[in-house]
Amino acid sequence: MQKNEVKKSNDNFFMNIVRNQMFIPLLALAILALFNLIADPGFIKISIKENNMGNPVLSGFLITVLDSGSELAILAIGMTLVTAASGGQDISVGAAVAIAGSVLLRILRGAGTGNFGAMLLVAFLVSCIVAMLFGAFNGVLVAYFKIQPMIATLILYTAGRSIAAWINNNELPVISDPFLGYFGGFIPGIPIPTPFFIAIICVVVIFLVLKFTNLGLYTQTVGINENSARLNGLNPKMIKVISFVVLGLCVAVVGLIKVSRISTINYSVIAKDIEMDAILAVALGGNALGGGKFNMAASIFGAYVIQFLTQTLYKFKVSADALPAYKAVVVIVLVVISAPAVKEWMGNMTKKFKVKEVA
Amino acid sequence: MKDNIVLQMKNIHKSFPGVRALQGVDFTLRKGEVHALMGENGAGKSTLIKVLTGVYSKDEGDIFLEGSAVAIHSPQDAQKVGISTVYQEITLCPNLSVAENMFIGRTSGMGQNWKKMNKDTEKILKSLDIPATATQQLETCSLAVQQMIAIARAVDMDCKVLILDEPTSSLDEQEVEKLFKLMRDLRSRGVGIVFVTHFLDQVYEICDRITVMRDGQLVGEFEIEKLPRVQLVSKMLGKELDDMSDIKGDQKAYEKKSGVAPVLEAKGRVSDAGIKPFDFHIDKGEVNGFTGLLGSGRSECVRALFGADRITGGTIKMNGKDVKIHKPLDAMKNGMAYLSEDRKGEGIVGDLSVRENIILAQQVLRGFFKPFSKAKQYEIADEYIKLLSIKTASADTPIKSLSGGNQQKVILARWLFTHPEYLILDEPTRGIDVGTKVDIQKLVLKLASEGMSVTFISSELDEMLRTCSRLVVMRDRKVVGELSGDDLNQSKVMSTIAGGDK
Amino acid sequence: MLRKKVAMLLAVAMVAATVVGCGGGESKTDAPADDAAKTEEPAAEDAEADADAEAPAADGELIKVGIINNDPNESGYRTANVEDLKAMFTEENGYDAQFQYSLKNDEQITYAKQMITDGIDYLLLSAADTAGWDPVLQDAQAAGTKVILFDRTIDASEDLYEASIVSDMPAEGARAVEWLAGQGLDEYNIIHIQGVMGSAAQVGRTGALDEKVAAEDNWTLVSQQTAEWNAEKAQQIVQSVIDSGEKFNVIYAENDDMAKGAVAALDAANITHGVGKDVIIMGFDCNKWALKELLNQNWNYDGQCNPFQAEYIDDVIKQLENGEEIAEKTIILEEKGFDATEITQEDIDQYGIGEE
Repeated sequence: MQKNEVKKSNDNFFMNIVRNQMFIPLLALAILALFNLIADPGFIKISIKENNMGNPVLSGFLITVLDSGSELAILAIGMTLVTAASGGQDISVGAAVAIAGSVLLRILRGAGTGNFGAMLLVAFLVSCIVAMLFGAFNGVLVAYFKIQPMIATLILYTAGRSIAAWINNNELPVISDPFLGYFGGFIPGIPIPTPFFIAIICVVVIFLVLKFTNLGLYTQTVGINENSARLNGLNPKMIKVISFVVLGLCVAVVGLIKVSRISTINYSVIAKDIEMDAILAVALGGNALGGGKFNMAASIFGAYVIQFLTQTLYKFKVSADALPAYKAVVVIVLVVISAPAVKEWMGNMTKKFKVKEVA
Repeated sequence: MKDNIVLQMKNIHKSFPGVRALQGVDFTLRKGEVHALMGENGAGKSTLIKVLTGVYSKDEGDIFLEGSAVAIHSPQDAQKVGISTVYQEITLCPNLSVAENMFIGRTSGMGQNWKKMNKDTEKILKSLDIPATATQQLETCSLAVQQMIAIARAVDMDCKVLILDEPTSSLDEQEVEKLFKLMRDLRSRGVGIVFVTHFLDQVYEICDRITVMRDGQLVGEFEIEKLPRVQLVSKMLGKELDDMSDIKGDQKAYEKKSGVAPVLEAKGRVSDAGIKPFDFHIDKGEVNGFTGLLGSGRSECVRALFGADRITGGTIKMNGKDVKIHKPLDAMKNGMAYLSEDRKGEGIVGDLSVRENIILAQQVLRGFFKPFSKAKQYEIADEYIKLLSIKTASADTPIKSLSGGNQQKVILARWLFTHPEYLILDEPTRGIDVGTKVDIQKLVLKLASEGMSVTFISSELDEMLRTCSRLVVMRDRKVVGELSGDDLNQSKVMSTIAGGDK
Repeated sequence: MLRKKVAMLLAVAMVAATVVGCGGGESKTDAPADDAAKTEEPAAEDAEADADAEAPAADGELIKVGIINNDPNESGYRTANVEDLKAMFTEENGYDAQFQYSLKNDEQITYAKQMITDGIDYLLLSAADTAGWDPVLQDAQAAGTKVILFDRTIDASEDLYEASIVSDMPAEGARAVEWLAGQGLDEYNIIHIQGVMGSAAQVGRTGALDEKVAAEDNWTLVSQQTAEWNAEKAQQIVQSVIDSGEKFNVIYAENDDMAKGAVAALDAANITHGVGKDVIIMGFDCNKWALKELLNQNWNYDGQCNPFQAEYIDDVIKQLENGEEIAEKTIILEEKGFDATEITQEDIDQYGIGEE
């Protein structure tokens, strides 16, 4: 009797873990980590080295994941909100990053001499505004013209990189001030990659916003039942636009990091295909791509897991042009797992299993 | 006379899990007649039609077409034997030409003689006097013409029985006239037409016979001249006219309070949902209601008050002061609350928890930057779960996993929590169990006694009579009367609904 | 009804987007032209003087040329290429030129057909794709339009064009590998970062290195991956090699951007690079900023891929106008490889492309 009860609570415990939204990204991470561990136990090692400016910096596979995955994590924040509110995804973020980066560089090269830090601040703020305006453009197409998000953002996806090039007259300016490099590299004296810091700031900000405003409740309500939202006094259109504007802000931050990493820009390849990774992060976080309820932490975690995957594939010398194929496999698995038919089947299997156990 | 019968359905039974949708229904259609199929929602009209067209298979009973038994297992079967259906929503392809729509899915083999197709289409259009050309793209035609083309397509498929399922609900008066002309034309050619509609005036304008259903059973088949409107309404609602042992209870009669401005007063209010401008007022502590058959525009009226549809005219005063109500938020800020009749589509936010569903409206009123703390949210949710005895596992349970009645209570809690001055309940009791229905009615009376003004809408006249002290009566999207005091009895209500004392 | 509305709005939006795109495109082509006119005035005058001296169009009529090129955004190399052509084919130099840009072959073909219909004298073509040009070139021949290919070759009969002015990518690779072999290292542990797989530049620049690695025992590829011309991807690839702890002493990147990305990874890990340091850095394309890195001895080698093709084309047209035969249909551009120990500021000014 007692034994049975223990078992039952075990079952529940196990089921709770499986049902938790973090389960899938955690499982994916565990599989990846195991894979790495078998191939090279040293992958977990983190060491302190000096960089070429004589500053101590952390180095190692995991640090690289945290470093490179940060842009993705920041974009995943905005993408999660857009997905929740509009029930679709923005595929123009890569192109928008190019625009934001281009605006940043355009202002910096026109800055001439003077306080570089102040100029960078101005440049960053302007690029934020520009990116948010482009976000609003996407949002208006989606909310007011009722165009499917993927199709609406296809416009900017197509035109964005040309616009970015046009902003800088097609030139590829290189900004050599080391201060710019801090944002994509290391701040002297701090051994942790700056992008990770920026990501943490963004994450903290979004969690504060979610806690101290109704952003989460509103976007979810609009995403789940737009009519209800309207009858409860919300303006669903405005909320959708806001979600795209927030994504625009995330894009501007990522633009800064990307430009800072190599202190220049290449319009046709900067942040290429990053939208797919960001969408994948949202999906991997167990969020429904059809909108509605979301789990921000799971999305952000999902972003780092995606980067873990990318970095693992680099490590195993999978050529970069084959990466999408591997990610496609992940997408297929995710889609299959979350398909209603499969869920039902799994439900039935668990039931059967339990019945058998009882018998 | 017997030769004249084109379709006969005998003793049709159909059950769904938990529901006996059709119980021994007979239906007879003659050549060259327009036959109205009437009944309130859930009476079994659509089930009967779906059985006839092969969408559902019947459990029991027989169908005879021109005297011989037929087996219909699919819509294709129905079409083959000559039964065609035109639905309320047009099921044609808007981006194809008229001719393509007429012939889509009907050609045999891969080839298609376009010239012949267009020529044939022109011929049909002309013979039925439909103002369209064969090569015109369908979406460039008006809705009525599209509807007529759908009918033409059905007729051209050599149909003996044509079923029109609420074809007029999205048409304006002139368009309806055009459609009726086409129906008369078809009638004179010997087609038997089954006409499903909610519009009483239309029934009396075009139909020859009426079959009335209620609760899955046949009430009877009547010739139109022999069934006055009042009788039709009473048969649909299931109240015999002479059985008016009134249940009007201890409800206080509504008395107009003089001197005090009404809580809400609307003049010439009209929205884009197809209602005629109407006037309306409600006093403090009053419970009144909109009544009328389904589709008469009662929901549209309260939606117009709340700003739920696009407002196209009229003024609203609250407590004597002019207020602008263009969208729901305006109404909420002015102390109004509206529980929609469409609980699933417009009420619940399915994936969110009971707690979030309860606080939603008040949260929106408080503003974006002032969320309730988690603790406060639980406190509120628990309070209302207890107050309305909502049966839920916890405040965190997603609302969609609750039963209909409990979902409704959660939505009710949501609006009560906004502490409205004026509460509109549109069909709060639809589709929920009897116990909850009574709870809700009691609650309405209690709220009113505490000073809240409530407008209550229900398809069940009994409920309305029990709770409301004044009823606004609607027919065909207009307000046609207002009843209070001694006039508040079933016969008076029904005769007002039926109208047309001509 | 709703669907109709959406479709209409979508159409409107698409038109709007096209307008935005076109707007961008126009200013794109205008602005640099203005810049070029301002900043390169002396150069233009020189060219003019040359043109006057040789006086190709005796009757004073302008030679009509249609130029179809790839999108100038594609790379710094392409931008330089486009600007070079714009500076050459001006009215002052006796040309009436129209320009069209696209990365898509079918769009290029449409432009070409239009130009031929417009009655141009010369069609100058840098094709996006090698295939599909036969019918167009036959049209051109029928219309009496002479075709000159530049920058990229196509799969078409030699009879259909007058000349083909191209870089010899395999030679660029061979030159770089030869230079590397000349460094006399004991061991060559190379990280090879490739461009977009299958592109002429990638195939050419990879070929020579692959052969050498296969032939020599002390040459090893630590990693060979494509970063698709993308600096960030190059950075991540090099980072992953550093993380794995494998030793390397050469980075062979198939363009400057990727070399820059690779260097960013080295800098973060404090691995020294450049002349006399731990890792040899090799790039291609000779961007001014890259050559500057050479001058500062942070990089070791940069292979040129010559975008300055206008002069060659001009020569060919002049010969044809004078009725001369073109001796060799395929004209190979002169290209150099720069060594950090030998490069001068003059080299940068003369051969560098883009901004510093």
